Amino acid sequence: MSAPIQLRPDETFLLNVGPQHPATHGVLRVKMQMDGEYIVKAETVLGYVHRMHEKMGENRTYAQYLPNLSRLDYLGALGYTHGHVLAIERAAGIEVPERAEYIRAITVELNRVASHLFWFGAFVMDLGGFSPLMYAIQDREHILDMLEAVTGARLTYCYYRFGGLYNDVDDDFIEAAKRFIPRMRKSLKKYDALVTGNIIFQKRLEDIAPVSAEMCRKYGATGPVARGSGINFDVRKNEPYSVYPEFDFEVPVYHECDSMARYKVRMDEMEQSLRIIEQGLEKLPGGPIMTEKKPKNIKLPVGDFYQAVETARGSFGIRIVSDGDKNAYRLKLRSPTYSNMHLFDEACEGMLIMDALAFMGSLDLVIPEMDR
Amino acid sequence: MSLTVLNVIAAVVIAIAFAAANAAYLVWAERRGAARIQRRPGPNINGPFGLLQPPIDGIKLMTKQLMIPGGADKILFMVAPVLAMAPAIMSFVTIPFSEGIVARNMDIGVLMIFAFASLGAMAILFAGWGSRNKYSVMASVRAVSQNVSYEIPMLITAITVIMVNGSMDLKAISLAQAGGFWHWNIFPSLQSPLMPVSFIIFFICSLAETNRAPFDLGEAESELVAGFHTEYGSMGFGLFFMGEYANIVIGASLTTLLFLGGWGCPFGLFPGVWWFLLKIYLLIATFIWIRWTFPRTTIYGLLNLSWKILIPISLFNLLLTAGLLKVF
Repeated sequence: MSAPIQLRPDETFLLNVGPQHPATHGVLRVKMQMDGEYIVKAETVLGYVHRMHEKMGENRTYAQYLPNLSRLDYLGALGYTHGHVLAIERAAGIEVPERAEYIRAITVELNRVASHLFWFGAFVMDLGGFSPLMYAIQDREHILDMLEAVTGARLTYCYYRFGGLYNDVDDDFIEAAKRFIPRMRKSLKKYDALVTGNIIFQKRLEDIAPVSAEMCRKYGATGPVARGSGINFDVRKNEPYSVYPEFDFEVPVYHECDSMARYKVRMDEMEQSLRIIEQGLEKLPGGPIMTEKKPKNIKLPVGDFYQAVETARGSFGIRIVSDGDKNAYRLKLRSPTYSNMHLFDEACEGMLIMDALAFMGSLDLVIPEMDR
Repeated sequence: MSLTVLNVIAAVVIAIAFAAANAAYLVWAERRGAARIQRRPGPNINGPFGLLQPPIDGIKLMTKQLMIPGGADKILFMVAPVLAMAPAIMSFVTIPFSEGIVARNMDIGVLMIFAFASLGAMAILFAGWGSRNKYSVMASVRAVSQNVSYEIPMLITAITVIMVNGSMDLKAISLAQAGGFWHWNIFPSLQSPLMPVSFIIFFICSLAETNRAPFDLGEAESELVAGFHTEYGSMGFGLFFMGEYANIVIGASLTTLLFLGGWGCPFGLFPGVWWFLLKIYLLIATFIWIRWTFPRTTIYGLLNLSWKILIPISLFNLLLTAGLLKVF
């Protein structure tokens, strides 16, 4: 929605949102030039939780770097470690047993559902509704329990290894996952009735904060943000990796470009993830979870390697420039939130602060992932 | 003479005690209610069912240091919380809890309550301006524009009721509805067929007037940190909090007196203060239920609702009632 009044750029004040503001969900700072409640100009300031993850990648061996990846995004950590192991396996030519690949897909999708659930709750909380967060966290808790039993961690997983997995899943996990799917479907229906159908919620999101497909391309936005703007791009479909070609799932795309479209994309994605988990559990083959032929110290051949994966927030890319040593010469992480975030400055001009902060919620920002 | 003075003092003390006790235990009720809605236990450690939580919270608030931010307007900053609490207490003085229990019954009871309720906007404005915090200023501007817009349909609806009952005396209005729920003002009558609509308008307005969710734009903690009381701590915050809950009780009382037959029993049996309390606490429970279910509206959606929907409807209702009163 554009401003119904003429903005007066000469009569503004500076509003400092963050780095410790409840709406930014982390230490993000936005300097806003305000005209009353309207934003004339916004400037995001990043780097409050910069931890030099890329530099650390140059100083550690590839295996030692693995836990770092799960510290990027504390809500969907498995997707990031998945990207790293895939990159190394492809570069070093390590074969991965099929069972391991299936388990990776199942756990990544579970993690994606967990991440979207938390986003859902936090997003509705940004809009002033508190209760859905508690429901979402309760559902998320089931996933975290399942993943904890298998991976040994609740948030910062280090489960995948080059050439396989650290630990095999047991029958308990499979049973729990099978029980979880119908329960989650029921919950999704409940969320629809409780939140999506709410008139206030719809008014807050529909036609608010339009992000055109062109703008997405300009800033390199991916994931649900781009798919909410009508761009049919999902790394799992467009640049298939792992065992994703084996699964039958759809990529939800909405063309409305507003906050509601981004919301609906994520809600539909949860359903699609459940479908993937269901099929994965059905097809799960037997066999080893770790390859036999794996060098003890992994050294990549000289070259430049890139692997993209679809995480809960969008396309995560890891680029490794190797000079043949046991650690990378240069390691670059392309984090989806970083690109999605930069839409904000341009898109929120002329917007009400309420709508802008709701829009920020709809981008699903995880600040440590953005600052790296 | 001295007896009258004593009477007044006793009335004020009882009003303060009632307001404070209500504020404290409504916070407890709200937290328990929210917890129930959100499937968690809520305060349950201190005392049975956590019933000792409110006094402990009170002690905590009272023993905290009162901080005044640098650059704040000291006088306005200190006056605002008192101004938030005092009018709410004054309004209790004129509310009849039953035929006999009323501190000071006035012929213009409705008018007096509305007059004092308007002062609440001043408190918010003072707090926002006095704090010298941009978030507070924005929040107070929002809250004041909201209060002003919602006072209009609320008053117009109240005038409709006053016309039907022919009195501004809350006691008289309540007595006019005595004897069975079909006499209550909420149900349509020949003279005023749109009474249920009036009730809904009045209820929405009382939600908005008390700055409750989904109209809590003056606080809007996810955007404006804590709104107009961002800079307040200790008892300054405590007074705002108590004022808010006292206003909720007044809103519920006024709705009960104007529409739900006051202290009358739905079946005409044993009218008394218990019915009144039951009705207001049911209304307050609805307030709590709504707050923990709905997301927040936008400021423009809120103002549009008042100016484009509620005011035209309530004006039409007023004219219709006036016309029908002439006919019947």
